Amino acid sequence: MSARSPRGQVSSRSLLARSRWLLARRLCQLGLLALFLIGPLLGVWIIKGNLSASLLFDQIPLTDPLLLLQTLAAGHWPYVTAWTGALIVLVFYALVGGRVFCSWVCPVNLVTDTAAWLRRRLGIKTGRTPDGNTRYWLLAGLMAATVLTGVLVWEWVNPVTLLHRALVFGLGGASLLIIGIFLYDTLIASRGWCGHLCPVGAFYAVLGRIALVRVSAHRRDACDDCMECFVICPEPQVIRPALKGVGQPHPLILSGNCTNCGRCIDVCDRDVFKMTHRFDQRSAQ
Amino acid sequence: MSGRDSQKPASTPRRRFLREALTAAGGGCLLALGAGLHARQASALPAQAIRPPGALVEEDFLAACVRCGLCVRDCPYGTLRLADMLDPVATGSPFFTARQVPCEMCEDIPCVKACPTGALDRSLTDITKARMGLAVLSDQESCLNFLGLRCDVCYRVCPVIDKAITLETRHNPRSDRHAMLLPTVHSDACTGCGKCEKSCVLPEPAIKVLPRKVAQGALPAHYRKGWEEKARNGESLIGDQLRLPVRGFDGTTAGRAATETVVAPATPAAPIVATPQAASVPHASALNSRWKP
Ligand code: SF4
Ligand code: SF4
Ligand code: SF4
Ligand code: SF4
Repeated sequence: MSARSPRGQVSSRSLLARSRWLLARRLCQLGLLALFLIGPLLGVWIIKGNLSASLLFDQIPLTDPLLLLQTLAAGHWPYVTAWTGALIVLVFYALVGGRVFCSWVCPVNLVTDTAAWLRRRLGIKTGRTPDGNTRYWLLAGLMAATVLTGVLVWEWVNPVTLLHRALVFGLGGASLLIIGIFLYDTLIASRGWCGHLCPVGAFYAVLGRIALVRVSAHRRDACDDCMECFVICPEPQVIRPALKGVGQPHPLILSGNCTNCGRCIDVCDRDVFKMTHRFDQRSAQ
Repeated sequence: MSGRDSQKPASTPRRRFLREALTAAGGGCLLALGAGLHARQASALPAQAIRPPGALVEEDFLAACVRCGLCVRDCPYGTLRLADMLDPVATGSPFFTARQVPCEMCEDIPCVKACPTGALDRSLTDITKARMGLAVLSDQESCLNFLGLRCDVCYRVCPVIDKAITLETRHNPRSDRHAMLLPTVHSDACTGCGKCEKSCVLPEPAIKVLPRKVAQGALPAHYRKGWEEKARNGESLIGDQLRLPVRGFDGTTAGRAATETVVAPATPAAPIVATPQAASVPHASALNSRWKP
């Protein structure tokens, strides 16, 4: 069976072969949601709470480090439980990649990926995309606002925690915001929210700069410039340095904005990309 | 905040960067300001929303609570819930509505133990020391006990019965032969659990739990209560020489029993004229303020 690529070309590999990482990712995202939901729905408490903070196996605390940072900025010194949880999460994402949070965990990703897919499918090219650095300004802005007001202002509107809380605790008020993001990404800006605006993603991107697990274009010599990876990548600008050797000799994608989603590995017919670690600078011959 | 990830044309990179930075900064500030204003507006808790036991004062609570819902999950009675985005309570923060599900005052306080951040203060180990809110008998016109009946339900369900809420005996002036037992809340013992509000038999409760900030007044800091100072000091601080005149009485009601009926003075009260001369004639009937004990 041959499959149509994002750019409409016919690929020699099956759709399944071209979707391994995508399927793994969806399984991870939905599986995590299911883990959070079997507690309230079936009374099986593997994990309790939500993405802001949770308790795993009734023992292991987990805290979103950005939330811990916000409480500190607001002038509250949290209990050791919250610190421990944040440390565990920090170490985890420093190992597997900061924005692994975005592509493997965050529920908003399901929404914005759908919007990106729809945009490609319908061939929508309209709109105006904000600068990719806006998210860092927003991150700085929200921290400043937290210091100034002394309360967690961002959590009033944070679509990431809002959506996850809404799903796990059965609240409906977040839906308007999420529909807004979906329409924005579909009609106005390609990859607008996750790729340019989201300060949560920006925070994890900063963490991602030291991340261990990285994608490498280790067979970049085999690249035939089909551009499939650039089309499918949620952060296409991160590929060029590694694939084309612009400003760096090695084939590693070291930008913190790479989400380690593995879509480039999926779509490449030439098997150029692989998942590896940041010290693996080798290129295949 | 480096521009490493964005591709910029080589021409006028500096101007382009400046423009982008300004746009982004403007947008960011606007968004942050909007969120900040929203937060400020919502920092006053609406009257019917009560925070869980051990919650820090509202401003500190909104700085500390990460809205994880672990307290909600560990409450065995389903008392607590997280605020939805359109609720008047800060998005995602835990609260309860007493009339729906009150706090059952668990001895082991699982909600406080569950909180990872300290938004619920673990120094609260005795649930009777919790101060979630304060019950107020806000509608004396509807309260059945104030109407002279014996309902007492709020009094009897109170987990801190006879300390947080007492029945105070008063003469019933309408029947002139019965007592009224008035439910009376004491702020030094009421935990704000909401059991009284929940169980008030009226269609709309006459007793309501309010956030303490809403419910309570405060004396000016320099006020001293004479009787307290006297008790502490052993004798009056200003001595006994000052005897204030009892205004409004002709002297016959002094020392009467609590059950006696107050009879209005036979002479119609003249309007009070606050002249220096009048003030110097303490027992004149012109000064009758129609005050009743
Ligand atoms: S960029 Fe933000 S919304 Fe998008 S996946 Fe990452 S954290 Fe979630
Ligand atoms: S004390 Fe018990 S009933 Fe009250 S809020 Fe906490 S867990 Fe719930
Ligand atoms: S457990 Fe603590 S931090 Fe979490 S929602 Fe409750 S009060 Fe807030
Ligand atoms: S809220 Fe009502 S029931 Fe609870 S302690 Fe106060 S007076 Fe008693």
